[in-house]
Amino acid sequence: MDSELILRDVSFRYDSQWCLEGIDFELKKGEIVGMIGPNGSGKSTLLKIMDGLLKIQKGEILLFNKPISRYRRGDIARHIAMVPQEETFRFSFLVSEVVLMGRFSHLGLFPFEGKEDLEIANQSMRLTGTLNLATRSIHELSGGEKQRVLIARALTQRAQIILLDEPTSFLDIRHKVEIFELISYLTLTQGLSVIIISHDISLAAQYCHRMLILNKGGVYKIGEPAEVITADNISMVYQCPVLVDENPISKTPRITILSKRKESKKEIA
Amino acid sequence: MKGNEEPTRTTRMRERYKQRITPLKVLYIGLLLTGILVIVALVSLSVGPAKISLKDILAWLIGYKTIDQTAWMILFKIRLPRILLAGLVGFTLSLGGVVFQALLRNPLAEPFILGVSSGAAVGAIIGIFFGCGFTFGVPLLSFVGALFTILLVMGISSRHGGLESSTLLLTGVIINAFFTAVIMFFITTASDSRLHSMLFWLYGDLSQSKYVQLSICLPCILIVSCIIYIFSRHLNLIVGGEESALQMGVEVELLKWIAFLGISLITGIVVAFSGIIGFVGLIVPHLMRMILGPDHRLLIPASSLGGAVFLIAADTLARTIISPSELPVGVITAFLGAPFFIYLLKSRGSQWTQS
Repeated sequence: MDSELILRDVSFRYDSQWCLEGIDFELKKGEIVGMIGPNGSGKSTLLKIMDGLLKIQKGEILLFNKPISRYRRGDIARHIAMVPQEETFRFSFLVSEVVLMGRFSHLGLFPFEGKEDLEIANQSMRLTGTLNLATRSIHELSGGEKQRVLIARALTQRAQIILLDEPTSFLDIRHKVEIFELISYLTLTQGLSVIIISHDISLAAQYCHRMLILNKGGVYKIGEPAEVITADNISMVYQCPVLVDENPISKTPRITILSKRKESKKEIA
Repeated sequence: MKGNEEPTRTTRMRERYKQRITPLKVLYIGLLLTGILVIVALVSLSVGPAKISLKDILAWLIGYKTIDQTAWMILFKIRLPRILLAGLVGFTLSLGGVVFQALLRNPLAEPFILGVSSGAAVGAIIGIFFGCGFTFGVPLLSFVGALFTILLVMGISSRHGGLESSTLLLTGVIINAFFTAVIMFFITTASDSRLHSMLFWLYGDLSQSKYVQLSICLPCILIVSCIIYIFSRHLNLIVGGEESALQMGVEVELLKWIAFLGISLITGIVVAFSGIIGFVGLIVPHLMRMILGPDHRLLIPASSLGGAVFLIAADTLARTIISPSELPVGVITAFLGAPFFIYLLKSRGSQWTQS
């Protein structure tokens, strides 16, 4: 059995209305799954459910073949690390201090990190290219740097599964690519499994093994990028006409958004 | 973004990285502050209307000299219990301030913000109104008031077994307003002789301290502060948001229940004996954070000890500045603390970021 995280007929609601209904999903070892879908389709909620942060009302979630509800918080943190969309630090902790916080679930009652913890943190910072930021305050960093620090913190958790909630949304194209490159490097070298929410469908299609399209609280389609990312599916889910062709280099689906008007921009005389 | 406009700040950060928080560093700073505490306490012991010089006290301490009966009475029956109580109160209030500021992620938080103090005040004022004694009667009523308030506020704020921080804050503020009205009612109807005691209590009065009170405070404070220290790492994480702390393995709800209840309990106990000494729980944690950085493994012991030093010093001034008369110690903490705090705030920044 290679499935690390299994969701069976999972439904969730905050109050009376169901946000997510009848979700079935399996995460296999070493794969990157890209989660896409329009705003409000429940992507972030689903990610939180997978991490056990929200309690589901129906269905079951198995983490390494054991129901996630039977895990304690610290045990989940050793298996799953989450990179939030954004995090506000009220105090000016140093980058190295933030990264070391990832060791939380590995420490006992004695509240200090040892040599080994420092080494792991250093290694995570090296992998994410944040080692040179170690002595900077978290407040001084740019959006892209901060995001990489949060990924370094997640790596420091030494979890098998990493969940990323739109890590690339505030980043420029170079930093976007860097994040995806880093993720596929990590899955290749460390055997991590990753679920990543992204709004950049073409880019995600280049790096993800499978894509999951979420729509109105349910799984609309799931499968390899080439099967799932079709003009019909994307136009239908996003309510926006698109053209899908093949990226000439990577041979993965590529999306072009079609303007509703024939000539989208007027020439300026 | 703060950016590069303040290079000195970055340099300071770099210095701090070199001396990462290690058990040794915590021990070192702990010992340093304990040393300061002992010195301040000794100086305070020698200050007062009756002249007993520091030299004589030190000489007696090392067995070099004897002191007469009156001096012994003054030192150990009057001054020492008062100094010890001031220390314990300062310790507790500053500890509460650090923990509440982290848990509520609010720079205005202090141990009284959930209404413990006003509940205690209602109890105490009722006690004074009906002429109860200051050794046990007033403190007991005050503690009952504090306990009732804690349970009321936490009961109102708990939903599905969880405590929501903003609801907790709002409930505390509302309860405070309600109890202030009750207090005003008793104050306006009280006789003049009782009124003086009431006002003193409301601004903090350490003059009634007895050893037996200390023996009640000390074990509770020790137990709660040890438990809180075990959770110091948890507090670091919770500052980044409850959800991310939960994600990294902190049992957030459990921590909030333990910390809010524990801190409120010991705050209730010390307030019962000391009255409402404002400002200590607010500024000492901020001062220590400005000097030592935001890591709670260092901040918790440093603030607690710093609070003890601060309050002993303030109380010494309160009882000597207009000697033989006395000021309520709360007047001193605010009167001297506020300008000093503003000076540091201007020169160092608050170390807090909003949004």
